[in-house]
Amino acid sequence: MGELKLMKGNEAVAEAAIRAGCDAYFGYPITPQSEVIEYLMNERPEQRTGMVVLQAESELAAISMVYGAASAGKKAMTSSSSPGISLKQEGISYMCGAELPCLIVNVVRGGPGLGTIQPSQADYFQSVKGGGHGDYKLLVLAPASVQEMSDFVKLGFDLAFKYRNPVLILSDGIIGQMMEKVEFFDQVPRADNLKQKWAVTGKTADRERNIVTSLDLDAYVNEQRNERLQAKYRKMEAEEVRFEKINCDDAEYLLVAYGSSARICKKTIQLARKKGIKVGLLRPITLFPFPSKQIAELAKKLKGILSVEMSAGQMVEDVLLATRKTPEVPVEHFGRFGGVVHGPEEVLNALIEKFNLAK
Amino acid sequence: MDVKEIIKPENLVYSKTKLMTDNILSYCPGCGHGTAHRLVMEVIDEMGIQSETIGIAPVGCSVIAYDFMNVDMIQAAHGRASAVAVGVKRVMPEKFVFSYQGDGDLAAIGTTETIHTCNRGENITIIFINNGIYGMTGGQMAPTSIKGMTTSTSPYGRDVSTMGNPLKMTELVAQLPGTYYVTRQAVHTPNYVRKAKKAIRHAFELQKLNKGLGFVEIVSNCNSGWKMTPVKANKWLEENMFPIFPLGDIKIDGKLVNK
Repeated sequence: MGELKLMKGNEAVAEAAIRAGCDAYFGYPITPQSEVIEYLMNERPEQRTGMVVLQAESELAAISMVYGAASAGKKAMTSSSSPGISLKQEGISYMCGAELPCLIVNVVRGGPGLGTIQPSQADYFQSVKGGGHGDYKLLVLAPASVQEMSDFVKLGFDLAFKYRNPVLILSDGIIGQMMEKVEFFDQVPRADNLKQKWAVTGKTADRERNIVTSLDLDAYVNEQRNERLQAKYRKMEAEEVRFEKINCDDAEYLLVAYGSSARICKKTIQLARKKGIKVGLLRPITLFPFPSKQIAELAKKLKGILSVEMSAGQMVEDVLLATRKTPEVPVEHFGRFGGVVHGPEEVLNALIEKFNLAK
Repeated sequence: MDVKEIIKPENLVYSKTKLMTDNILSYCPGCGHGTAHRLVMEVIDEMGIQSETIGIAPVGCSVIAYDFMNVDMIQAAHGRASAVAVGVKRVMPEKFVFSYQGDGDLAAIGTTETIHTCNRGENITIIFINNGIYGMTGGQMAPTSIKGMTTSTSPYGRDVSTMGNPLKMTELVAQLPGTYYVTRQAVHTPNYVRKAKKAIRHAFELQKLNKGLGFVEIVSNCNSGWKMTPVKANKWLEENMFPIFPLGDIKIDGKLVNK
């Protein structure tokens, strides 16, 4: 059994980064995720593993530093919360175009604009549909516990290097701030030289110079780059879909929820079943790639699906797309938003109301 | 005398550094970028540090500097070259890292990155090409366009009361404790080329000392953007740019030069 600790989700991300052999963290303070860089600075990771931690002058600079460190073939990461992630979109788009691995953590708060520092899930579109300019995707992991905040850092780096693509951990202010028991994986040695053959480390006589760029002046060449990216995303869809199914075997109604909302929905299932309503939960763990096939399969025997998210309705569009072959199964959305968190009873009431289950 | 009789090894006084590729330069005839590229590559060649050097290309005319410079390179987002350089240098402090940026990149959209990179005393070299105009996008006003200068976005001349004064970024960063060597050079005549090369060499050698940042501005021309012949552009450079951007060292060994 690994080392057990009681800590905040944000702190777990930081501790996991050190343990995952991360080479460099570049960040900028923003509530509710500042504990990530605070924990890192306090831990002296330069002494523990040789990891570099730098507080950048802006989110733009932080993601650009990640771009530089990732170009050198290193495990680089950053974290922020919604307004800061908006600023990072420039660098994220460049990294997708240049096919660089990195880890980005978004501890989501309510928007739009400065919004509020309270938790939200309203950055779903930004996370799974691109976010910046151009046709690109991030591989998006949605933790629902402090444990997963730790586990997904390690998984995220593995996937980022497997696909040479940024991986985003889409968390929220609840998971980031709440304290839970977390079992840590053992220290992964920080590799001083990961020996990525594409990395810029200095041109030696035995190879051509390495160039990290997302620029193709010729549109036809850029189309080829895009085709390569799209092939990568199709591979992710074929191989990386992750999800959790709870009480789905006999379910007549399905809740689809990720992250904090999935935690809330687990309680809703208990309340619903006490009332004799057979409800199950499908929790997408990867938001891109989305568990569309799994939802489509379940939909065949369902009476209705409720997408539950702390937003005005974003993931529900992907649930609708997933169920387009079963148009007879109604898909509804419920969620408080703007920083307000719905309770399990509210979800149950929404389920009863939207599907006329009151007896 | 036949040409073949002249081209002999014993008559060779100069050759192109092998650190410049054979790709045809994308720059306009008369532009200073080619010379500045060559100087940086000659310095890296002469120092024997090709295998330890990573360069950062900006957005601007030199966006594809990596086509011409035979070293490992990264193409950065507009204005972020110095932050990208920091990312590289921090994870590989033993390497030589330089950014090569124009005035729009370094002194407008990348002002924040430039100032904070300099202020932290990052041990990198910044090569700053100042030609007072946005060349690549077709001759718009730059932060360094001089008073009254006609560009496509200041067609009646730069009115400093509404468009601001030319930004002297090099003097600005010289004030920061993190910069160790700050200088302003030119590459439009052989004499200035030699001086500029010496300055670039010094800035690169500093990276071994870990004492702070080396910043080399090169005041250059843009005959296409300025809509002049190359010869006239170089004359205009001396008569109009140099009074506002005077050449010479501004900071040596971490100390401001008294003038």
